[in-house]
Amino acid sequence: MSAQKVQAGATDGWQRGGAQAVRRRIVERLVSVLCCIATVVVLFLLFSILWTLVTRGAAGLSLSTFLHSTAAPGSGGGLANAIVGSCEQTLLAALLGTPIGMLTGVYLSEFSHDGKIVSFVRFVSDMMLSVPSILVGLFVYLMVVEPAGHFSGMAGTLALAILFIPIVVRTTEDMLHLVPRAMREAAYALGAPGWRVIVSICLRAARGGIMTGILLALARISGETAPLLFTSLGNLNWSTNLNAPMASLPVIIYQYAGSAYDDWVQMAWTGALLITVAVLATNIFARWWLSRNGTASS
Amino acid sequence: MMVVSSTTAGQEAAASGRNAGGNAGDAAFGVLARLAGWSILLVMAGIIIVLVSGGWQAFSTFGPGFITSKAWNPITHNFGAATSIFGTLVTTAVALVFAVPFAFGVAFWLVEMAPPALARVIEMAVQLLAAVPSIIFGMWGFFIVVPFMAHYVEPVATRYLGHVPGIGLLFRGAPYGTGLLTGGLILAIMVTPFICSVMADVFVSIPAVLKESAFGLGETRWEVMRKVVLPWSRQAVMGGIMLGTGRALGETMAVTFVIGNSNRLGWSLFAPGNTIASLIALEFPESSAGSLKLSALLALGAILMVISFITLACSRMFLQRGIKN
Repeated sequence: MSAQKVQAGATDGWQRGGAQAVRRRIVERLVSVLCCIATVVVLFLLFSILWTLVTRGAAGLSLSTFLHSTAAPGSGGGLANAIVGSCEQTLLAALLGTPIGMLTGVYLSEFSHDGKIVSFVRFVSDMMLSVPSILVGLFVYLMVVEPAGHFSGMAGTLALAILFIPIVVRTTEDMLHLVPRAMREAAYALGAPGWRVIVSICLRAARGGIMTGILLALARISGETAPLLFTSLGNLNWSTNLNAPMASLPVIIYQYAGSAYDDWVQMAWTGALLITVAVLATNIFARWWLSRNGTASS
Repeated sequence: MMVVSSTTAGQEAAASGRNAGGNAGDAAFGVLARLAGWSILLVMAGIIIVLVSGGWQAFSTFGPGFITSKAWNPITHNFGAATSIFGTLVTTAVALVFAVPFAFGVAFWLVEMAPPALARVIEMAVQLLAAVPSIIFGMWGFFIVVPFMAHYVEPVATRYLGHVPGIGLLFRGAPYGTGLLTGGLILAIMVTPFICSVMADVFVSIPAVLKESAFGLGETRWEVMRKVVLPWSRQAVMGGIMLGTGRALGETMAVTFVIGNSNRLGWSLFAPGNTIASLIALEFPESSAGSLKLSALLALGAILMVISFITLACSRMFLQRGIKN
C-alpha cells in the first residue's frame, strides 16, 4: 500500500508531459474499476444461485421431506430414500477411498527411491483428478453393471470412490511434504522402523490437513450426478440394499427438475437446497478447521 | 505379485537394516503402499482400455470418417462425432472467452487492491462457488439463465450484433434461450473460480523485490501487472487456464440442462447443440448392450478422454515450469 502512495507522488514530478501522466492514471483507474466490477459480478452470481435455491427450495422443506420416500406426482412424498442413499454411497466411497488414497499419497511422498514409476503414478493421479466424471460412470458401468446384469448402489459407490481417491492422494502428499525433515530424523534416531515413522510421526503431524482434504473430497463427490446415472441409476422406493439400484439426491434432482409436474420440480428445488447447504457447510467447516488445526500441527 | 513382494522386501532390508524388528513391518507397509499406488495406474489403464475397446466397433465400422461425420441417426445406425465435438469445443471456447477476463479481474483485485480482511472473505466466496455441485448450476441455468437469455440477452444481441459483418453470423437465429452460448456461459461461471484461484496463487508468489522495484520506478499497479507480474507468471497462468479448460470440456450435468440437446452444426451461438458429455448422458440409458449406438457413445467417450488428456497434460507442464521459474 505504501508503495502506491510513493508512486502516486513520484508520477507528477518524474513524467515528461502531463498528457501521458493523465493517460496512465486514467488507464489505472479504468482497470481498477473493471476488476471491481468483475469481482462484484462473480459474487452476484454466487448470491443469485444461493438466493434462487433458498427462495424456491425452502417452500418444500417439511418434516415429511425427511421422513417419506419419493412418491408419484400429486401424492406428496419426500426425499428420505434419496438422502439416505446419497449418505450411504458417499460415506462408503469415502471408507473405500480413504485408505487407498492415503497409502498412495504416502507412496508418492515417501517412496521416491522407487524411481521413475513414482512420478508416473503422480502424473496419472493428477490426470484422474480432472478426468470427466461421466467417463468414470461409463467405466464402472462396463466393468460392474454390465457383467452383473443390473444397476446397484455398490457400482455407484465404486464410481464415487474412483473420483474420491485422487483428491485424497493430492492432499496427503502435499501435507506430508510439509512435515519437517527434523521430525523424521528424530524418530529414526530413536530407532523407529520406517513404517512407524510414517504412520506415527508423519501422518500424525499431517492429520489436520489430510482430514480437511478428506472432508473437501466428501463434499465434492456428494454432489456428483454424472457417474451415478449409469451405475446406481436411482430408485423411487426405499432401499438401502447395495446390490440393488439406489436413490441419491443429485440423480433425483436431475430426474425431477426436467419433469412436467409442479410438485416434482418443487421437490427438485428442495433437494438442490439440501445438497448445496450440506456441501457448502462441509466446505466452510473444513476450511475453518484447517485454519485452526492445520497450521498448529505442521 | 511374487516379484513385487520379493523385490520390496529385498530393497527395504538393504535400505534400512537398522532394526531387525521393523523389517517385517517395513516390508508389509511397502507392499501396501506400492499396491495402492499401482492400483491408480490399473484404474486409469482400465478406463482407457474399456473406452477404446468398447468404441472399437464404431471406429472400425465408420473408419476415420466417424470424427468428421455429422450424422447421429439411431434408426439407420449412422453415427458421427462431428457435431458433439464441435459443441464441446465451442462451449469451452465461449466459457474461456468469458471466464479468463473475469478470473483475471477477480485475482488482480484480490491480490493487489482488496483490503486483506475483505480479500479473505471474497476468496472464500470464490472457493464456495467452485464447490457448488454441477447439477445446481444446471438447474439454476435452466430456470433462471435460460429465460433471461431468451427474453433479454439474445434479442438484444441479434439486434445490435446480428448485422455486423463477420461475427454477425454468430448472433443470428431464434432466441430459444437454450443453446451453445448459454452452455458456454454456465461453464464460464463454473470454471472462473478454478482459473481465479490458480492466478491469485501465482500472483502472490512473485518475489516481492521484483514488484517493489517496478513500483519504485513509478509504475502504476496495472503497469506492474502487465510488464512485471504477467510476464513472470505467464506459464503458470496458462496452466491455470488449461486446468479450467479441462473442467469445461468434460462437464456434463450443467451443460445437459441448458444446451438444448439437438444434433446440429452451424454458425449461430443461439442454436441448440450438444456436447460429447451431454450426448452420452442423454443417449446412454437408451442404448442396448452390444449395439452400435453404445459403441459409438463409448468411442465419443474415448475421444473426450484424449482431448481432456492433452489439455491436462499441457496444464501440468505449464504449471510445473511456471512454478520452477
